[in-house]
Amino acid sequence: MPETRILTQYRGEKDSHTLAHYKSKGGYEAAKKALSSMTSDQLVDEIKKSGLRGRGGAGFPTGMKWSFIDKKSTKPKYLVCNADEGEPGTFKDRVLLEELPHQMIEGMIIAAKAIDAHHAFIYIRGEYTTSINRVQAAVDEAYAAGLLGKNILGTGYDLEMALYQGAGAYICGEETALINSLEGRRGHPRLKPPFPAVAGLYNSPTVVNNVETFSAVPHIIQNGAEWYAKMGTPKSTGTRLFSVSGPVKKPGVYEITLGTPLMTLINELCGGMRDGKKLRGIIPGGSSVPILTAKECETANMDFESMADHKTMLGSGAVIVLAEDTDIVETTFRLAEFYAHESCGQCTPCREGTHWVAGLLHKIKDGHGTMKDLDLILSLSVNMEGGTTICPLADACVGAVRPTIQKFRSEFESRLVKENKHVA
Amino acid sequence: MSYQFSDVSEKRFQKLQTQFPDKRSLILPTLYLVQTDRGFVDTESMEYIASRIGSPIELSHVYGVASFYTMYNRKPVGKFHIQICENISCYIMGNDEVTNHLCKKFGIKKGETTKDNKFTVTGVQCLGACGYAPMMQINENYYENLTMEEVDKIINSLE
Repeated sequence: MPETRILTQYRGEKDSHTLAHYKSKGGYEAAKKALSSMTSDQLVDEIKKSGLRGRGGAGFPTGMKWSFIDKKSTKPKYLVCNADEGEPGTFKDRVLLEELPHQMIEGMIIAAKAIDAHHAFIYIRGEYTTSINRVQAAVDEAYAAGLLGKNILGTGYDLEMALYQGAGAYICGEETALINSLEGRRGHPRLKPPFPAVAGLYNSPTVVNNVETFSAVPHIIQNGAEWYAKMGTPKSTGTRLFSVSGPVKKPGVYEITLGTPLMTLINELCGGMRDGKKLRGIIPGGSSVPILTAKECETANMDFESMADHKTMLGSGAVIVLAEDTDIVETTFRLAEFYAHESCGQCTPCREGTHWVAGLLHKIKDGHGTMKDLDLILSLSVNMEGGTTICPLADACVGAVRPTIQKFRSEFESRLVKENKHVA
Repeated sequence: MSYQFSDVSEKRFQKLQTQFPDKRSLILPTLYLVQTDRGFVDTESMEYIASRIGSPIELSHVYGVASFYTMYNRKPVGKFHIQICENISCYIMGNDEVTNHLCKKFGIKKGETTKDNKFTVTGVQCLGACGYAPMMQINENYYENLTMEEVDKIINSLE
């Protein structure tokens, strides 16, 4: 099965990041169409009809998100691109940022018109130096070509765009934390409501979308919602970029239509397992989502519905492959430690819970844990999920740890100290 | 004389001031300007940042930000700051070997700097290079799909 390259069609071509290349492939025609002949309501409707859902992790319908902006509000409206890719296992936005930045900028111009925003910000994770340089160069090129700034392409629409470099906090991928960070604050998620559409950046109506979401927008506007919605499944339309990592023959970023079987992605596009290793399990949507066993992988398709049927999620589209020789107790500990490190510390269940889970797993992996410790992790996890915290970071930690213990419990138990070791 | 922006940073600071509706937003990018100039951000430079951004921004605001985010070095690091991902995908693909190899080569522990202040080795969280492990970041550059021979070659080429 080949990839379905819509967003990544020109990936790998020489100078694909430049304006000259992008324009030679019909770039910015969709923006021209949107600015000169479509109303903001028409744009929102078109995106709604396309069925596009957010590509950052939560999968919220994009058109609906845009429609929440109150156009009558007298406050300025802001558009923000979330390029703070940080979910472990995820490296697909990097491709779009480094190789195809103009596609994302064009999507942002269209989105800005749809919500009547005249200021847009791109929040890029601090470590992505190449992305930052490429996007900055692309924004500069767009300004010079009259595609940003005052009176874009003579349509009378104004849009200013600026980059903002994150500084190494995973939590800033959460949109309200990102907004706080963009305001020059610590990256603490905010209580919702109010939602960003009502009171976001600088207390004004704000839309935050992922890089890949914006990058899909020009294609939908240019080719029509129906064309886009024909790809994928009825509830998961279009294509998606999946980041595949772990011991497969060809790890990397692949664009496929939603609904493609997981094992087709692994066996056909990634060439199957490396060095004849046997598959142990796959985390299908970034480190925060429940793991699938090798058997569950056989029936899982890469769409929102199939993932829900398998009690997991598509998340950020990061497919992490674990082989038979992978130490699953160690990988679970590494993830728990990550969440403990990245907890912002506002909410007790997360601040304390993630550290307890990581600490207990550390004890277990080193062979000092007891059955009581293992059960304590499970009981702690109940208090960390389901709305006890402002944002879903604690839930993410639970998603990364509990299903793994439940599905691979014998592995964890085999590392426990023998109960009678300390007796006598 | 105490620290002031370099000419390049001064220019960038002037531009930044035109880009954001609220001057508080300048804290993060300005911390980067200082770090580019000096390699790290200490309390004295934070005071300078607060004074340049101006009221109502105080040292406490700047310090609060600098201490929250991991990419601001509040202490000097080696000339070459080597950061190695320890998260799941990199672990599965053997990234710990890079850490161990470098620590042994330099005779330091993870988190330490060599005596000549040339190399610092730090274990970090996901860098978004999961499909290209083993990997390491040296200052601003990513090095991916590494073997230990390549690691040696890269390190030996750094002056």
